[in-house]
Amino acid sequence: MNESKIQTGEWSLQTRKSTIHLAKWTALWVLTMVLATFGSLLLWESTLLTIIAILINLSVGIGMIVSNIHHLKTTDEMMQKVQLEAMGISLGVGIVGGLSYSLLDTTNLISFNAEISHVVMLFALAYLVAVFAGLRKLQ
Amino acid sequence: MKNRLKVLRAEREWTQLDLANALDVSRQTVNAIETDKYDPSLPLAFKISRLFKLSIEEIFKYETGK
Repeated sequence: MNESKIQTGEWSLQTRKSTIHLAKWTALWVLTMVLATFGSLLLWESTLLTIIAILINLSVGIGMIVSNIHHLKTTDEMMQKVQLEAMGISLGVGIVGGLSYSLLDTTNLISFNAEISHVVMLFALAYLVAVFAGLRKLQ
Repeated sequence: MKNRLKVLRAEREWTQLDLANALDVSRQTVNAIETDKYDPSLPLAFKISRLFKLSIEEIFKYETGK
């Protein structure tokens, strides 16, 4: 590399840090979700403890959202574009697919109950596929 | 939009990662710009022009009908 030697970017370090930060918040949120879900079934019988566990889960969830916003701001403009498209697609798929799924349940076309967890999985899958497709398109 | 980013980078013997670090973007973004798959924003185009000490028009060429 000649001429003015380019400085190594502080930016990539910041992005790495925010990714790790987001991963920690996500892991913590999942743990509090597990605690709130199974705590009342396996660990305690108190309603108060269940409410506290749910409030902790909610608070950590808000922290995770803030961390995700911060993470998105540290990514570069192309990744922001890919993420924006992926979020738009997953929101659309989630709402349209989720409501159709709900209709299948309310009209008794399916024998089982339409669970919110299935819609969450649909959101996640649509998001993953959209990010992957977006990145492939720009490669 | 076409650009001369790859040529300009090669003239300076910079890798895509060197350029990405200088522009505060990912290597993938530099690659996407070089292969005309992604058009940079105006602020990024100005950053590129300042880095190479060239005008935006000397680096990027807008092609109609694309």
